[in-house]
Amino acid sequence: MTSYVDYETGAPVGDGKAPEGPIDERWDKRRFEAKLVNPANRRKHTVIVVGTGLAGGSAGATLAEQGYHVVQFCYQDSPRRAHSIAAQGGINAAKNYRNDGDSVHRLFYDTVKGGDFRARESNVHRLAEISVEIIDQCVAQGVPFAREYGGLLDTRSFGGVQVSRTFYARGQTGQQLLLGAYQALSRQIAAGNVEIHPRTEMLDLIVVDGKARGIVARDLITGRIDTYFADAVVLASGGYGNVFYLSTNAMNSNATAIWRVHRRGAYFANPCFTQIHPTCIPRTGDHQSKLTLMSESLRNDGRIWVPKAKGDTRPPNQIPEDERDYYLERIYPSFGNLVPRDIASRAAKNVCDEGRGVGPGGQGVYLDFADAIERMGRKAVEAKYGNLFDMYQRITDEDPYEVPMRIYPAVHYTMGGLWVDYDLQTSIPGLFAIGEANFSDHGANRLGASALMQGLADGYFVLPATINDYLARNPHQEAVTAGHPDVREVVAETEGRLEKLLAVDGDRTPDSFHRELGELMWEFCGMARSDSGLRKALERIPQIREEFWRRIKVPGTGEEFNQSLEKANRIVDYLELAELMCLDALHRSESCGGHFREESQTPDGEAARKDDEFSYAAAWEFTGTGEAPTLHKEDLVFEYVHPTQRSYA
Amino acid sequence: MKLTLRVWRQQNADADGAMSTYEVDGISSDMSFLEMLDTLNEELILKGEDPVAFDHDCREGICGACSLVINGDAHGPERTTTCQLHMRSFKDGDTIDIEPWRASAFPVIKDLVVDRSAFDRIIQAGGYITAPTGAAPEAHAAPVPKPDADFAFEHAECIGCGACVAACPNGAAMLFTSAKINHLNVLPQGAPERETRVLDMVAQMDEEGFGGCTLTGECATACPKGIPLMSITSMNKEWLRATRKVAKR
Repeated sequence: MTSYVDYETGAPVGDGKAPEGPIDERWDKRRFEAKLVNPANRRKHTVIVVGTGLAGGSAGATLAEQGYHVVQFCYQDSPRRAHSIAAQGGINAAKNYRNDGDSVHRLFYDTVKGGDFRARESNVHRLAEISVEIIDQCVAQGVPFAREYGGLLDTRSFGGVQVSRTFYARGQTGQQLLLGAYQALSRQIAAGNVEIHPRTEMLDLIVVDGKARGIVARDLITGRIDTYFADAVVLASGGYGNVFYLSTNAMNSNATAIWRVHRRGAYFANPCFTQIHPTCIPRTGDHQSKLTLMSESLRNDGRIWVPKAKGDTRPPNQIPEDERDYYLERIYPSFGNLVPRDIASRAAKNVCDEGRGVGPGGQGVYLDFADAIERMGRKAVEAKYGNLFDMYQRITDEDPYEVPMRIYPAVHYTMGGLWVDYDLQTSIPGLFAIGEANFSDHGANRLGASALMQGLADGYFVLPATINDYLARNPHQEAVTAGHPDVREVVAETEGRLEKLLAVDGDRTPDSFHRELGELMWEFCGMARSDSGLRKALERIPQIREEFWRRIKVPGTGEEFNQSLEKANRIVDYLELAELMCLDALHRSESCGGHFREESQTPDGEAARKDDEFSYAAAWEFTGTGEAPTLHKEDLVFEYVHPTQRSYA
Repeated sequence: MKLTLRVWRQQNADADGAMSTYEVDGISSDMSFLEMLDTLNEELILKGEDPVAFDHDCREGICGACSLVINGDAHGPERTTTCQLHMRSFKDGDTIDIEPWRASAFPVIKDLVVDRSAFDRIIQAGGYITAPTGAAPEAHAAPVPKPDADFAFEHAECIGCGACVAACPNGAAMLFTSAKINHLNVLPQGAPERETRVLDMVAQMDEEGFGGCTLTGECATACPKGIPLMSITSMNKEWLRATRKVAKR
């Protein structure tokens, strides 16, 4: 066995699907070149969709509208609850309703730049083009976006951009967009075009003759393990932020679907690209089970500051104006409080590391609305941010109208994910990944209000166009049945894993392992990473894994509703994925976007990219648990946006 | 603080259930109610006992998964979801009763977990606007007066948790159903299906075995999102209007 860090570099991976030619014609060209499936034949094709968030919900509904037979899964009790629902701030679209100089090209430019030049130009341009259609689609579905008195849609601005292109529904944009997709999906369920399996979790992928042909899933109520077959499988299972234990993700969001398909051959790209969101409510103690985000839109009107002096413990209202450091406004005068997330997070960490943090443990900075209340009046602030202020007050028992909010960065989103080509197909034919589950559009840092845009672009428009091509070229394959030896093997493996978890009967709970792994990852693979820290984490993770299989305690049986078993099984995958994240972070010895390597910074402490060495997406191939994976590089080519050192000063 | 918990335990849908008593100690007032239950469950696992099953996911008050009746109130003493309830609402030495949603249309799956799929079927009956992907007109083609947009939003805020049903002495789902109908029926995009929507959704609601409405108002009091009781009145009006209009056709 080779050491995990001694990975080999394999053949480069290319995106064979993106057409050449002018960038604004590529998506049209691809749609035209893609083969179609005759409408009468579509109902003979079954497509499995895993997940019912923005990407999965919109994809399931749209594929069913097109005539495909969709079989869809979610672990929640209803497809209405996926974690997209918690997105607060908004969704970007290049509508230019404000006449403020916005355009498809500017959204494209902002996204490539915001991603620190680690995303594919073709994909991002397509995303910007589709953004305008998404708003039309959602309005038609009855999504109650914020409107002005004339009845037209309102917009606001978000971090990293200088135009106002973010559409929103108070602080509940994700909820409203998700309910739109859920309702469209519900219509197809009622029509019999979508077979929905709630409280059912995908545990593995079925690959036959090199193609994705189905999944193994567990009914979470009865514990029954079943197989489902299809002509193509779409993963819309979200990101892997819960590797860190504490994150803004939902408690049950997990990486099992994407990790299991990675083990079956799908490349995992840029796993170290995780986003730390600057505005979350700080943790209060060891009992903390998750972190709550406060929408980035608050940075439009709130001002971020810490005391100028170290260890200043006076209450905020007793610190005079000239003893406050509005550090973002000071360091980045042109973007001020609206710098991109990675920059805002790191700046908060820096001032806290200097000993100027506020609140318990000094792990917080102030987000102050006093000026906004004076300027706009309390009523206007209430109308814009009322529900966020209420939420803050409920959690902290402090009134943000009177006392500044305390915020601190927390893990929020994962830009990395399954490697996909322009068609959103993974390296396993017939397996597609959409939404946060793939790696494609955000590079090394995602801009605010772009996750909703990408989820819906993938689900409503991209996948339903590109999957046709695959299905048309792979018609009526021989039916796969449960008796197929490859299927039996996967099922036996899944059952074996669950049985093993139940059999250990050790002395540590699933949560205790999850927490330990999360703390390790936050320390060494969080906001700042270093060669020595990552090597420590890489040494420690296999030890935790070994201990896990020796000491885990899972009560109950597999043939019943068993939340401990669900948790433990997800931790098995976190314990492997965490290792790959650290290796990826170690190998990428440059800083870019959310990935900050202490060894690679400019004299002012900003992230220093190394374009000569690292202008590529790192797609990792699995070779075995704890075995060094193989790296496949996809070179990134920039024809339209010339990579520069990002500057928001 | 130290608390006594009396928790509904039920092995599965077919088994009989009963209240079991547990003591928890070292509870901080900053903990959320669910973090307090996490603490109990960690102890139960180490003792080799079955942890208490409960639904939860986002823990931010928006997914609608959490669903506990606490001391007789759906989501407990504050007007919020269970996950946003904090232990500062209780005091040292308290005894807290924790039960699942109680309604015949929401059968218990295990302990505090219930089956709310009836809500999904009500939405499937008509809680949508037929707008297939790709067929949408330009978003600004149909301006929506701000008061209508705000009315729609106020009702669209429903998280589908089911507290309204749990709080209702009749186990009615009027508030849930009316919220979706009002959200969609006030919008110009929802107008073409205005009548079928209300008739079909109400019919499905009845079929699912929810109780009738006697305008007790417990639903709106329990609703963590503040869906107003008037929502039911608006739905009744819509239903009468639709019944007349369809009869004329």
